[in-house]
Amino acid sequence: MELQQFKYDNKITKYFIIATVIFGLVGMLVGLLIATQLVFPEMNMGLQYTSFGRLRPLHTNAIIFAFVGNAMFAGVYYSMQRLLKTRMFSDMLSWIHFWGWQLIILAAAITLPLGLTSSKEYAELEWPIDIAITLIWIVFGINMIGTILKRRERHMYVAIWFYIATFVTVAVLHVVNSFAIPVDFFKSYSWYAGVQDALVQWWYGHNAVAFFLTTPFLGLMYYYLPKAANRPVYSYKLSIIHFWSLIFIYIWAGPHHLLYTSLPDWAQSLGVVFSVMLIAPSWGGMLNGLLTLRGAWDRVREDPVLKFMVVAVTAYGMSTLEGPLLSIKSINAIAHFTDWIIAHVHIGGLGWNGFMIFGMLYWLIPKMWGTKLHSTKLANVHFWLGTLGIIVYALPLYAAGVTQSLMWKDFDAEGFLEYPNFLQTVTQIIPMYMMRAIGGLLYLSGAIIMTYNLIKTASSGYFIANEDAEAPALEKKKIVGGHWHSAWERKPVFFTVLVLVAILIGGIVEMVPTFLIDSNIKTIETVQPYTPLELHGRDLYIKEGCVSCHTQMVRPFRSETERYRGEYSKAGEFVYDHPFLWGSKRTGPDLHRIGGRYNDAWHYSHMYDPQITSKGSIMPPYPWLFTQSIDPEKTAGKIRALRKVGVPYPEGYEDTANEELKAQAQKIVASLKADGIEASEGAEIIALIAYLQRLGTDIKVETAQK
Amino acid sequence: MFKHYFEQVHNVAIWPIISLSIFFVFFLGLMIYVWKIKKSYVDQMGEMPLKDDSPEIRTHSINLNNH
Ligand code: HEC
Repeated sequence: MELQQFKYDNKITKYFIIATVIFGLVGMLVGLLIATQLVFPEMNMGLQYTSFGRLRPLHTNAIIFAFVGNAMFAGVYYSMQRLLKTRMFSDMLSWIHFWGWQLIILAAAITLPLGLTSSKEYAELEWPIDIAITLIWIVFGINMIGTILKRRERHMYVAIWFYIATFVTVAVLHVVNSFAIPVDFFKSYSWYAGVQDALVQWWYGHNAVAFFLTTPFLGLMYYYLPKAANRPVYSYKLSIIHFWSLIFIYIWAGPHHLLYTSLPDWAQSLGVVFSVMLIAPSWGGMLNGLLTLRGAWDRVREDPVLKFMVVAVTAYGMSTLEGPLLSIKSINAIAHFTDWIIAHVHIGGLGWNGFMIFGMLYWLIPKMWGTKLHSTKLANVHFWLGTLGIIVYALPLYAAGVTQSLMWKDFDAEGFLEYPNFLQTVTQIIPMYMMRAIGGLLYLSGAIIMTYNLIKTASSGYFIANEDAEAPALEKKKIVGGHWHSAWERKPVFFTVLVLVAILIGGIVEMVPTFLIDSNIKTIETVQPYTPLELHGRDLYIKEGCVSCHTQMVRPFRSETERYRGEYSKAGEFVYDHPFLWGSKRTGPDLHRIGGRYNDAWHYSHMYDPQITSKGSIMPPYPWLFTQSIDPEKTAGKIRALRKVGVPYPEGYEDTANEELKAQAQKIVASLKADGIEASEGAEIIALIAYLQRLGTDIKVETAQK
Repeated sequence: MFKHYFEQVHNVAIWPIISLSIFFVFFLGLMIYVWKIKKSYVDQMGEMPLKDDSPEIRTHSINLNNH
């Protein structure tokens, strides 16, 4: 058989690596900043662009899509060429992918601090960027499938399967979840409302973790761990089971983010069962990774690459044990909405993704520059700083989560809440927030040391941009028979379709019933669409990212109906909520029943500076809401867009809406005046107050009528 | 209670049962397949990442080892 000569493209990997390191540092720095904001609200710097609610999505997006995303592409482009014995399908597509992705990141870095957000977690970017993501993702997919088709290796190694699953699933998740109706170029409303929006969002959110942070990294693990250890994976059979059961089960588990919410019970239970089942494939994968090192543990002690990977795989095991436990309803009742969840995701993010990336970089850079690592000692320092960083980050947050949750639920002997003032439960855990920030600082310092070490390494070598390779051409002759799986796995397109089917089954079974019953959600008659002023207010709530600290979901526990002085939240109350704003974290109290609890003047002072009404609060001040005005020109567009997605505003309502808006604003201004406050009618704060005062009140009208 | 609204959908309880059955069948098939898979194939696949270094890199690392 004649050997064909060709070259591997290392340059594209190099560029993705550079982007990984830069955005990694930036993403961690923003994380550190918002962590300090939770201790010192002054760190919001009095600027709207740097306030917590706007920076939190910047942090999550930078880490997930810029740091982990670029690292994934670097690792995939390097390993895929070698596993398939070919250069990438098209250099041009590779570069469109690279630059397109960086432009998307740039767009995110500009729009998120400006407050342009859909507010759906990890899918915050507005619709034009969503479209760009779709196109670039397809470029990546074509390049990947093209490479597989022109391969010189008959069989596809398991890592490639994980890459395929990543491409297919992320495409489906992103498109379905991003459906929205544009108001203008920078603003859109989710296609779905309330319960359905929540279900779609967490089907997406959970599987973004699964198929952006997990499956590609398992692919990388199955490639780089054997490489670094210089021995084959412990059990290839186990890896097959790992792959199929993982992608099949993962897709069902989303509803565990919505336990005790207004999601139908059967969907919650389904989410719990599949989440618990996830332990099996996840631990199979972890053991497969760790056992690959059997007999090589002496090397783990010396080789920083292996050290990082061992901790990464262990962290994967820990978070995939913890995840299912958190899905059990009784545990979820305690952990949900608290810092426990933040600790959980950071075991995954810092431990699994971060350490896997560091291990991979320490391995790749000496290879691609044909040299040795500049300093093993510095790499070890990085390893210990990183490990210590994770511990100092996570342990205090576990403590904070449990402490706060127990305080929320604590009743005294007379049956009253022991800590009726939410703020008490916040000030209690501030020291732990402080520790967390220190943990983050340690981790970031390690990453800075790595950057130095890698730059030194690269400059001591010579970059091999196009690496010579040779392999026999793949025979065209038809192979008939063989085992059916090995036959499938020779047909990449068919394999891709199978993966698609596997993930669609879960998504469809989970969501279809909830959509079918759309017309059956018993509309609570008194629940009405938002008024024009409230709509403006709601959009400000979205813009400022209040949802990153406040939930709007009173769960059916006595401790919550007492604390929030109202009924627990009902599905029918959210039918006009495009998007839903249930939130996932209670750094501040739930706001679903805030309407009517305080007078307008209280909100006015509180929003201007929370310290005025709530000494020691860590909520940022919002002075700009008092100088900036809402734009009544936008009212008509908002109403038209919402009508298109099913909110029953009467025809022609948009023409008179601004009169209604004005009247409602005047009423609030008058009520403020009665309390001695001069406010201007058009100010953003007036709209926000209108929205807050409306929240959760419709159902009270019903109660009153009875 | 909200559960009530969903009970109007015909037999909503059938959905979780369908899901679990689908998964069970799928998993059973998977186990049977993996059990029957040939050892030679498995060994060959497992070795794959270790056999992909290009000649250039291989000589390079040999040189390093000799240092
Ligand atoms: C950094 C997290 C954080 C952000 C962001 C945040 N808040 Fe708060 N919020 C808190 C905390 C903590 C409290 C409790 C202490 C207090 O009253 O200030 C609170 C309290 C409140 C309360 C009083 C609730 C009650 O029941 O007493 C309202 C209303 C409120 N926030 C509205 C908002 C709005 C509107 C936004 C967005 C413009 C926002 N918050 C953004 C943390 C936050």
